[in-house]
Amino acid sequence: MTVTNIWLAILLMAGVTYLIRVSPLVLIRREIKSPVIRSFLHYVPYVTLSVMTFPAILFATSTIWSALAALLVAAALGLKGCKLPVVAACACIVVFLAELIPF
Amino acid sequence: MTKKSYFLRGIRDGMPIAIGYFAVAFALGIKATAAGLTALQSALLSLLNLTSAGEAAGITLLGAGTTYIELAFTQLVINARYLLMSCALSQKIAPKESILHRLLVGYGVTDEIFGVSAAQETPLSPYYSYGAIAVAAPGWTLGTLLGAVMGNILPTRAVAALGVALFAMFLAIILPPARKSRVIAGLVAISMAASAGLTFICQHFSLTWFTEGFRIITLTVVISLGAALLFPLKETEEVQDDCN
Repeated sequence: MTVTNIWLAILLMAGVTYLIRVSPLVLIRREIKSPVIRSFLHYVPYVTLSVMTFPAILFATSTIWSALAALLVAAALGLKGCKLPVVAACACIVVFLAELIPF
Repeated sequence: MTKKSYFLRGIRDGMPIAIGYFAVAFALGIKATAAGLTALQSALLSLLNLTSAGEAAGITLLGAGTTYIELAFTQLVINARYLLMSCALSQKIAPKESILHRLLVGYGVTDEIFGVSAAQETPLSPYYSYGAIAVAAPGWTLGTLLGAVMGNILPTRAVAALGVALFAMFLAIILPPARKSRVIAGLVAISMAASAGLTFICQHFSLTWFTEGFRIITLTVVISLGAALLFPLKETEEVQDDCN
C-alpha cells in the first residue's frame, strides 16, 4: 500500500521502533544463566560503540582533518579517563579551531 | 543512591548527548522539509522515533515515495540493533523493576543513552535513564524542529563542530575499560578495523542495501559472539568491569 498519509507513516515507524526497543526489556525479566549469552551481552556495548564510532567519526565534520584531530584528542582524553562531557566538549572545540585553518 | 541522585546523574551524562543530538537533528530537520514533511511532522517524527539512522532512512523513503510495508521493514532492519541493546540492558535492570519502568526505559534505548547506561553499575536505576531522556529527547526534537524551520540560517561551521560530540563520547565510554582489559582492548581494535573494512567494501562495490544499521548489527553479533565463545567471562571479571 502506497504511503498517502505522512502522519500515519510517522506513527508506523515509531510503533515498529518502539516494539524493537521495549520487547526484550519486558520479556526478559530473569537473570540469564548461560555463560556464553552473558558474555555475549557483556561484550555487545564495546563492539557496537566501536563499530559506530569508526570510521563514521571521520565523516562527521566538514573536512577529514578536523575529524582526525577530534578523534586523536578524544582518544587521548578518553584513555586518561576524563568525564564524558569534558571529552565531548574538547572534541567540538578542536573541530571548531581546526576548521578555522584554511586548507 | 536516591532516585533523585540517579536522575541528576542521568541529566549530567545526558547533556553531551543532547548537544550532539541537537546538531545531528538540525541537519535531519533540513532533510525532512526537503523531502516534503512539515516542521510539525518533522518534530513529531523525532519525538516519537528518537533515532537518527531510522529517521533518515524513513525520510528518504517518504521523499521518494514508498509503501507502508517497505517503511516498516526498513525500520525493523535499521533499528534491529536496539533489540540487542535492550537484551543487554534487561540484564542490568533489577528483576524487581515494574513493567511501567520497563516500558518507559524502552523509549530511550538509543545508541548514546544505551552507551552511558551500559557504563553504569548494575543494577541500573530507571531514574538514570529518565534523567538522560529528559535532556536528550528535547535536544533531538528541538534540533529537528529548528532545522526544519530555520533551514540554512545557522552557520554550518558551528553545527559541524557539534557533530563529533557523540563520537567523542563513545570513545570516552569504551577506552577506559579497554585500558584495564586486554580482551576489551582487542575487541575495540578489531571492531573498528572490521567496521572500516566493511564500510570501504560497501562503498567500493556500491552495496547500498548493506546499510549502516545493517552493518552495525552484523558486526556486533559476529564479533561479540566470537569473543563470548573464545573468552567467556568469569563471575569476578564481570563484577570488576561493572565497577569501572
